[in-house]
Amino acid sequence: MTNVFLVKYGELAIKGKNRYIFENRLVATIRRNLKPLGKFEVQKEQGRITVEPKEDNIDPQIVIDKLSRVFGIIGIAYGTKREEVSFDAVKELALEHMKAELEHKDYLTFKVNTKRADKRFPMASMEVSAELGAYLLDEFPDKLKVDVHNPDMILTVELRNGTYVYSKTHKGAGGMPYGTNGKSTLLLSGGIDSPVAGWMIAKRGVEIDAVYFHSPPYTSERATQKVIDLAKKVAMYTGGMKVHIVPFTDIQMAIYEKCPHEQLTIIMRRIMMEIAQRIAESNESMSLITGESIGQVASQTMHSLVVTDDSARMPVFRPLIGFDKEEIVQIAKKIDTFETSILPYEDCCTIFVPKHPETKPRLESIERSEEALADCIEEMIEEAIRTTEVVSV
Amino acid sequence: MREIYLDNAATTKPLECVIEAVSETMRLEYGNPSSLHKKGIEAENKIKESTAFFANLLGASEDEIFYTSGGTESNNLAIIGSALAYQKTAKRIITTAIEHPSVGDVFTYLKGQGFDVIILNVDEKGYINLEELEASINEETSLVSIMHVNNEIGTIQDIEKIGALIKKKNPRTLFHVDAVQSFTKIPVSVRKAQIDLLSISAHKFYGPKGVGLLYKNKKVRLQNMLHGGGQQKNMRSGTENVPGIYGMYIAAKYVFNRQREILEHYKACKTYLYTRILNEIEGTHLNGDVVEVSAPHILNIAFEDIRAEVLLHSLEQNHIYVSSGSACASNKMSKSGTLAAIGLNGQALDSAIRFSFSIDVTEEDLETCVDVLKKQLVLLRKFTLGGKKR
Repeated sequence: MTNVFLVKYGELAIKGKNRYIFENRLVATIRRNLKPLGKFEVQKEQGRITVEPKEDNIDPQIVIDKLSRVFGIIGIAYGTKREEVSFDAVKELALEHMKAELEHKDYLTFKVNTKRADKRFPMASMEVSAELGAYLLDEFPDKLKVDVHNPDMILTVELRNGTYVYSKTHKGAGGMPYGTNGKSTLLLSGGIDSPVAGWMIAKRGVEIDAVYFHSPPYTSERATQKVIDLAKKVAMYTGGMKVHIVPFTDIQMAIYEKCPHEQLTIIMRRIMMEIAQRIAESNESMSLITGESIGQVASQTMHSLVVTDDSARMPVFRPLIGFDKEEIVQIAKKIDTFETSILPYEDCCTIFVPKHPETKPRLESIERSEEALADCIEEMIEEAIRTTEVVSV
Repeated sequence: MREIYLDNAATTKPLECVIEAVSETMRLEYGNPSSLHKKGIEAENKIKESTAFFANLLGASEDEIFYTSGGTESNNLAIIGSALAYQKTAKRIITTAIEHPSVGDVFTYLKGQGFDVIILNVDEKGYINLEELEASINEETSLVSIMHVNNEIGTIQDIEKIGALIKKKNPRTLFHVDAVQSFTKIPVSVRKAQIDLLSISAHKFYGPKGVGLLYKNKKVRLQNMLHGGGQQKNMRSGTENVPGIYGMYIAAKYVFNRQREILEHYKACKTYLYTRILNEIEGTHLNGDVVEVSAPHILNIAFEDIRAEVLLHSLEQNHIYVSSGSACASNKMSKSGTLAAIGLNGQALDSAIRFSFSIDVTEEDLETCVDVLKKQLVLLRKFTLGGKKR
């Protein structure tokens, strides 16, 4: 008898011929996330992935916690396994399971649920459930009672490449396995919103690269480190990401010198979009992601969003567009990015924030202002991309 | 590229001989000083050697030296320990507005515990008013805690005068001195200054981090903070940090053997940098008292129209490491106690840079520093908020 985690995945099972690609991605991400915890055997098994610890002293709760942060997994059951597929094996595992369960309880209602992936097994599912129920009632006559409608415990038996018994299934992160739905580039700042936006798109199986603009000496090394830490938190759910760190000071200074101050932010954002999509293009990324939400700040009014969007050639996904701050904060707390996001390292950048930003910019007017940059901006963008540093997390 | 480290008031780089002494002690004298066998005695002897040295240095006796985890613990133990020990008869405790948080925040805590806390103001150079101090001390005053050298602007309080004044007004009032910034730089005699409690931290004078010292006058009772094995006369339970303590001793010995030349070196650094910056860079002025009378290793200069943290990072890009007198105004975690207390406000509060020196700093380093400052300031001032607008 060995301990085992049965990983259940949902949506991807219906994806037909590509199913094996999804499953392989999922197995790879599981292996990656569990690696720091010790040795595990991770295998595909007909609509499930089995995870067997190969070392003692592995805390199942930590494994469940890690697995529940992998996109594509809808549930994680923790139970026991025997290689042998027989009714004797079922009885033995179920008996041990009940013993452990009843150690701290006097009384329990239960029902048995059997899944027979191996259809060659001589007994039908209903038969296994009924006979196992009867056997357990005999073993614990005073402590057990069957209740098929509202049981305290559903004891699940799965008959496949081995015999599996468990009674608890923990909720997974849902979504689709990382890398099964193309690639997108996230504009990652140190704030609360952008990591959440990246997480939401990654949830749909999209592989993510991040772009961060840093402006030394106006933003510090600590601010960069904070962004890398945030990327690591999001990568827990995915399976790694690349952070492109773009030096942005010279461009900001050029805008500051040559353009009207109330338009600083909007022009800056348009150039950020331009740089992000060039980096995206050279990394097989098909779209951009931002953490924008309508009306949150001056640069995110409808007018500003329209003007910013105009600088994008590729689709820009804004999954938070209709969210209130409080809703975003809730997700940030759930995915554990909130505490990092609120660290106060990036505020020296406020020097480039105009006192009275334009909230209703018009595209023609912005484009006219940008003409002042025409002679230098292309060169500066190329230089910024050329000197971009890439960190893999 | 040479690193130019000018943040020695924050911490210093340990001396090679200290690193060696610490690792040798870890390797050889690994015993527990409380053990009855030979290994224990070997370790205990290391501590005794250190204790004899520090007692002699401070003009104290050996049973008045206690080891801690550093300045913060020494300050906490001295202040909370004495406040609690004498609270039945005396509830007033006095300190200044420019203390390090490991003193200031302790007073805030004790105020919440019902103590009568008096905070003395300072003038624009950072000195307390002795008359105000005298007036504040009453029959119920158990403790006066005053820092010797201020960590941000380097102002030196006249602790001998202060000690005499306290004892004249109320002989039972204890005098605690936070000497973390002054030790090895300004002479301290606990007898002369009538000091009852004195805090020291090793990493400010090329020693290891995580170790410090508290001098406690024999006659003073302290409520211990840590309870346990009863080490250090039950004043501070916990197995002694033998390698750290020995490393602190080696560091102090090194510095005191060369004290005159080291102090001359600090002064030369400070004068050079001060003179060049104030003469050659517009919109600069000194925070604190004139350079000749403030601490030799600390220089605090305000750069008008500059946000200190931005200047700090631009120096960092050139491998020059300094400290901003106070962090960004929008950084809610900042504590700008001293600068606000000497009357700076608004932009001035946010434009101070602290340079602090060590034995490693060379004249070429400071030359480079001035060159970089000149270059960066021209650049940064061009992009000042509220500057030009078209």
